[in-house]
Amino acid sequence: MSFIDRTARSFLLAELVSGMALTLKYMFKPKVTLNYPYEKGPLSPRFRGEHALRRYPNGEERCIACKLCEAICPAQAITIEVEPRDDGSRRTTRYDIDMTKCIYCGFCEEACPVDAIVEGPNFEFATENREELLYDKDKLLANGERWEAELAARLEADAPYR
Amino acid sequence: MPKLTVDGIEVEVEAGATVLQACEEAGKEIPRFCYHERLSIAGNCRMCLVEMERAPKPVASCAMPAADGMVIKTDSDLVKKARNGVMEFLLINHPLDCPICDQGGECDLQDQAMAYGFDSSRYAEKKRAVKDKELGPIVKTIMTRCIHCTRCVRFSEEVAGVGTMGAVYRGEDTEVGPYIEASINSELSGNLVDLCPVGALTSKPYAFTARPWELKKTDSIDVMDAVGSNIRIDARSSEVLRVLPRINEDVNEEWISDKTRYAIDGLKRQRLDRPYVRVNGKLAPASWDEAFAAIKAKVTGLDGKKIAAIAGDTVDCESMTALKDLMGSLGSPNLDCRQDGSKIGGPRSSYIFNTTIAGIEEADACLIVGANVRAEAPIINSRLRKRWRGTNGDFSVGIVGEKWDPTYKNDYLGAGPETLSDILDGKNDFAKVLEAAEKPMIIVGMGALNREDGDAVLAATRAIAEKFGMVSGEWNGFNVLHTAASRVGGLDLGFVPGEGGLATNDILDGAAKGDVEVVYLLGADEIDMSKLEKAFVIYQGAMGDAGAQAADVILPGAAYTEKNGTYVNTEGRAQQGWRAVFPRGDAREDWTIVRALSGALDKTLPYDNIDAVRTRMVELSPTFASLNVPTKAEWTDFGKAGDMKSEGFTSPVRNFYMTDPISRASVTMAKCTEAFVKGAAAEKVA
Repeated sequence: MSFIDRTARSFLLAELVSGMALTLKYMFKPKVTLNYPYEKGPLSPRFRGEHALRRYPNGEERCIACKLCEAICPAQAITIEVEPRDDGSRRTTRYDIDMTKCIYCGFCEEACPVDAIVEGPNFEFATENREELLYDKDKLLANGERWEAELAARLEADAPYR
Repeated sequence: MPKLTVDGIEVEVEAGATVLQACEEAGKEIPRFCYHERLSIAGNCRMCLVEMERAPKPVASCAMPAADGMVIKTDSDLVKKARNGVMEFLLINHPLDCPICDQGGECDLQDQAMAYGFDSSRYAEKKRAVKDKELGPIVKTIMTRCIHCTRCVRFSEEVAGVGTMGAVYRGEDTEVGPYIEASINSELSGNLVDLCPVGALTSKPYAFTARPWELKKTDSIDVMDAVGSNIRIDARSSEVLRVLPRINEDVNEEWISDKTRYAIDGLKRQRLDRPYVRVNGKLAPASWDEAFAAIKAKVTGLDGKKIAAIAGDTVDCESMTALKDLMGSLGSPNLDCRQDGSKIGGPRSSYIFNTTIAGIEEADACLIVGANVRAEAPIINSRLRKRWRGTNGDFSVGIVGEKWDPTYKNDYLGAGPETLSDILDGKNDFAKVLEAAEKPMIIVGMGALNREDGDAVLAATRAIAEKFGMVSGEWNGFNVLHTAASRVGGLDLGFVPGEGGLATNDILDGAAKGDVEVVYLLGADEIDMSKLEKAFVIYQGAMGDAGAQAADVILPGAAYTEKNGTYVNTEGRAQQGWRAVFPRGDAREDWTIVRALSGALDKTLPYDNIDAVRTRMVELSPTFASLNVPTKAEWTDFGKAGDMKSEGFTSPVRNFYMTDPISRASVTMAKCTEAFVKGAAAEKVA
């Protein structure tokens, strides 16, 4: 580049103009950032978020305490205790998940023969202390109730591929 | 001895063996549901099909006798296809409820479906459903899962001897269950759960408790009776969840009694988990140091003759050794391991089951004196029944004592000592049977020996053994049947009164009079505690039973599941069990408590670890040098001939389900007592 050319570009602020042009171009492009938490990105129906225990439509809890999720859990985050319920059916008396141990692999969901334990779409369950991340059965069932509509829709959407 | 070829491997099997056994000999695994080594052959599940040369169809190997020159194929395409077909048929009516089934994880059908099953079903029709049967407090039924192998039917008929189970209706409508609505009134009913290859019969007390993969398995020895059944303790974290049999052909084969299997829930209740010291008439929690200090304050300076020790029925040999040595160093000759006061403890042959349990199968006549074998040792009773059913010729059984139902043919001879005299004088017809028998045996129970005239009865039974040639050459037909797991071990160790020492009843009387001031109860609960009110009682044990109530100082010990222990069974067979879980709370293994106490009393015992204790045990008795084999005892003179009282013999076991502190605290055993001892079923038997 000749000396004149370079001097002309400097005086005409060419770099600044091309930079501003790029800025101007992006002003009219769609934004890639989200205004989290007011906006959220799309989630796959297979997204593995916070756990929930589901119930049947008649209100009966699905979990039959087969302990397959406990057995398959690679992080050994699940603890289950079982006793026959008054009506003789097999139910858990304790279903704990240590969310600090959980690695969100989704094996529990895959092992479950009755779609009781699922990993839902919720990923916003940060807490202020560790203890709150030790989930018990009540917490998991409450999760199930809160998310049931979405959980059912996700399972249905993914059903053809299972 | 037929020779045959299995998959190209030549094997030779015993005459009468089946093709299935030949295949196993060749190292080939044959899937099966109905076949069981210890039951008769039914051949109805068809899972064991193999291909045989020159046979038009696959043959059921379990029902086909092995013959010379057979050529068997176990892994051909035809075999695979046949077994796949059988499996598909079995699964037609089997519900898909493995996740809620207690058999899940240890189910024969589940395992074999992995090998021979198809991943989906071609069966679209409705599945069969069967009403559940009520079999009492031990066996839970889910009869829809039943695959009609009839193992349970054959077991109850052949081994347990209560022919209550059967298969009714035909074809698809077949139902297995009791003919009449009745619980299985057998001491061996828990074995049905083990036998069932699917989840149709499962354990009621263990229902939904745990999965097999969660359990830690520990080999141990049972202490509920004197048989010394080999058991496996399944525990999860600190809790013992179930007890299963281990195979030992010489002792319990693969059966265990219901008490062995289900009394363990007693270990969750009434446990002593910390030391206690009686202050102002009330037991107050204390530390180990305080408890030892209380004992030291009482014992120091006391004449050894005023101290006594009694060992209970379920204690291990290690702790008896330690306590014996401690009593020795305190200068006390007053120690006894026979809390029922039975008159045994002379030469070794006078207090063990000389014939051995396996030896029963060689006998051809048996005289049972003062023992309800079915209640005192159900496993030995099943061995007697096996001998009676077996092919080894006739087996006559005569019973002297109370009337009881042994589940096999027997002659009831009389109630008491008079009958013994009659047999000895040849006045009783059974004398001829014993005369004619080549290998006669006599079983003398504690009911005959725990009386005041026990010595005379022992002499009389010895005379019978001598007269009818029960002891000749290798054969020794004289047997004492114990009811306590620790008894033979205690006698072998010499846990009996020393020179001028007092036996159990004298200790109790002495304590009542004030002659004996300190009584050390090592797990002893079955004595008259009211006589101990004046004495200073030290109770060491795991359960808060009668002994702990009467105690002034409680030293919390370990239950048999919580310590490494040696036990000698009624045959004189020393066996070791391992610790499955740790003792509760502050409790410790028993011999370590005695060792620690000896230190506190400045009489420190010379051993620091269990190996040293065991070396000491070998010094005391050669029994402990050879584990797992009964050491033969020399036949010598014993018993003191004398007058026998006229009253009949009564078995010490009034209720099979509750004999020791653990079974008394057990909920399951309480339910069994309710159902079988107090209930209608009991009346029917009586």
